[in-house]
Amino acid sequence: MMQEGLDDGPDFLSEEERGVSALSSPPRAVNVDLQTDATLQVDISDALSERDKVKFTVHTKSTLPNFKQNEFSVVRQHEEFIWLHDSFVENEEYAGYIIPPAPPRPDFDASREKLQKLGEGEGSMTKEEFTKMKQELEAEYLAIFKKTVAMHEVFLCRVAAHPVLRKDLNFHVFLEYNQDLSVRGKNKKEKLEDFFKNVVKSADGVLVGGVKDVDDFFEHEKTFLLEYHNRVKDASAKCDRMIRSHKSASDDINRIASSLYTLGTQDSTDLCKFFLKVSELFEKTRKIEARVAADEDLKLADLLKYYLRESQAAKDLLYRRSRALVDYENANKALDKARAKNRDVLQAETSQQLSCHKFEKISESAKQELIDFKTRRVSAFRKNLVELAELELKHAKGNLQLLQSCVGILKGNT
Amino acid sequence: MQTASLEQLEEEEAKDSFDVDVAVTNPEKVGDGMNAYVAYKVSTRTSLSMFSNKTFSVRRRFSDFLGLYEKLSVKQSHHGCIIPPPPEKSVVGMTKVKVGMDDPSSVEFVERRRAALERYIQRVVSHPLLLQDSDVREFLEKEDLPRAVSTQTLSGAGFLKMINRASDAVNKMTIKMNESDTWFEDKFQEVENEEQQLRKLHAMVDSLVNHRKELCGNTAVFAKSMAMLGNSEDNTALSRALSQLAEVEDKLEHLHQEQAASDFFIFSELLADYIRLLASVRGCFDQRMRAWQRWQEAQSSLQKKREVEAKLLWANKPDKLQQAKEEITEWESRVTQYERDFDKIGMTVRKEVLRFEKEKAKEFKSQIIKYLEAMLQSQQRLIKIWEAFLPEAKAIA
Repeated sequence: MMQEGLDDGPDFLSEEERGVSALSSPPRAVNVDLQTDATLQVDISDALSERDKVKFTVHTKSTLPNFKQNEFSVVRQHEEFIWLHDSFVENEEYAGYIIPPAPPRPDFDASREKLQKLGEGEGSMTKEEFTKMKQELEAEYLAIFKKTVAMHEVFLCRVAAHPVLRKDLNFHVFLEYNQDLSVRGKNKKEKLEDFFKNVVKSADGVLVGGVKDVDDFFEHEKTFLLEYHNRVKDASAKCDRMIRSHKSASDDINRIASSLYTLGTQDSTDLCKFFLKVSELFEKTRKIEARVAADEDLKLADLLKYYLRESQAAKDLLYRRSRALVDYENANKALDKARAKNRDVLQAETSQQLSCHKFEKISESAKQELIDFKTRRVSAFRKNLVELAELELKHAKGNLQLLQSCVGILKGNT
Repeated sequence: MQTASLEQLEEEEAKDSFDVDVAVTNPEKVGDGMNAYVAYKVSTRTSLSMFSNKTFSVRRRFSDFLGLYEKLSVKQSHHGCIIPPPPEKSVVGMTKVKVGMDDPSSVEFVERRRAALERYIQRVVSHPLLLQDSDVREFLEKEDLPRAVSTQTLSGAGFLKMINRASDAVNKMTIKMNESDTWFEDKFQEVENEEQQLRKLHAMVDSLVNHRKELCGNTAVFAKSMAMLGNSEDNTALSRALSQLAEVEDKLEHLHQEQAASDFFIFSELLADYIRLLASVRGCFDQRMRAWQRWQEAQSSLQKKREVEAKLLWANKPDKLQQAKEEITEWESRVTQYERDFDKIGMTVRKEVLRFEKEKAKEFKSQIIKYLEAMLQSQQRLIKIWEAFLPEAKAIA
């Protein structure tokens, strides 16, 4: 029984030992509940962290005729994922879908800085302390690494699961073309254009958001999403802060354990033996505390972050629909004007029909997308909250056992 | 001869047991404005016949405790006694209390002080020599105590500064002691090392206390945020679960708060006490050095007197010679006295250190076990909290 508590630690560690190539398990779909289907399965089978970039090995298994082989892999970097995401966003055909949010850029800066500081401070601490801290920071680096892999993988899985997006040509090129896609580094002009596009979008958002929708469903969704998005943002930030404090406290316990160990090795008195035993206990409980913080991060913080991005993507969909509505209304006005002046009527009629068609098409798919979004959200929260509670219980029970056993021994000896 | 007396000391140690229990409770603000102070109830329970009653209590203020330390210091430290140091003064803390005792930081300050005073007085009465002191008895029994005035110098940093200044004076001695018995040198080194280690540990525990308080605050804020999110969520079951999660986080906040209090009052304060106690121990080693110094100085004075006598003998001045002979006799007896004092203080220091180490081991063990038991209870409550939440999470559909 005791072993269970102790083995809890190695669960995380053994993946480290196995190395990052242990990602061959089926899509981890951490925050998303997806039906994976045999016709197209995508996962990230390996990843390599180099100096300032991460190389993901994207592995595809497919029975679809479009691909040359049934199973193949390519190496991709973060910018190529962004290129793929942006190509979806820019594609008018996909205006009526929630575009799976782009994975965030891999950010090892903080971790790298800490490792560097550790290297600089090597002289000022004992060999044990240094080794311990180094292991800590390496574990942290690995955790960030695994997370970024998971987030890139989730993006691909969402695309592969989407009935329309999975057929996208760019997606197939992304999966199959085994050369560099040469999409790195948008030039300055393009970056500025993006910036302005976003500014205009938010201004528009306010404008368009103000008009009450005829359709109750969309009106409700608009109100809901605006509020939900803001609250998820808030919860996500506060969750991060809470977890950071938790990690700091756990680091302190680590140092306390080391200090008690030093005290315990001064002599071989009863008291010194006592200190050694307590130091050992703190080492073990601290590992569990670190796991608690890590699991909270994975199951709660990441979940909130993911839905922050998804709810933004859903808002973007609503925005596109609103724009289409505005265009449709403008086209109607133009048609009336043309009819009144009896000039370019045919042109205006065609234009109006096109806008109408576009708007209706978006509305139809948007409705389904938003319903699916809700289903996915509820399911993801359920999965993660249940897992969170189960893990917290597991850790607390492990800790309890350690404490009970240690206190029993210490009391017995006094 | 020395090993035999050491065994004797250890035997005496084992026989000593005391039956005096002192509690410090009921802090009450007396007076108003800047002249206000806090009075504590000091209750004693004893079976010793030297006290007039079996149970009795008096009211004392902080400066009374400091005054007691001053008196004991003056009377007992030159015997080589380890005098327990009083808690630290705090101008900031007291000013807040004078303004009002109700806010959480004042409440914490008063509780911290009350607990520290209790530990202090309990240590004093547990000391066999100090318990015999009339000032201690008066402190416990006498209805009204004259106000202690010279406690101005005993601010928190002041106590340690005082000890360290004395140490420096001893270190600057020109005549270096040649220890026939390395026990004193070794023990002194041990004490210094331990003091250093405990300081480091104390700093880390303080850091833990702060991070836990931070965690407390951040958890409370997160709980509110989760509640808001739950309100926004339009799926009923999920909305309910999120609200439950917010409540879980709220309960966790209380847990963290209690854990932080335990970190502080049980662990951190223990370390703070012993850092100061170890300084006291260093103090008594210094006292022994002073006794040695006195003896050495007396010996050199005696030597000088003998030289004077020799000169006078040669110069043939009979009346001055008589005086010189008298002075020699006087200094000879002084030398004997100081040598005896030095041996006596050496024995006392050894006895005291032995006793101190025993007490220290006992106290560290009992306090740390208490701390671990608090952690244990915390985990048990944590389990209950999550066990209650799990079905709520599973109910999401």
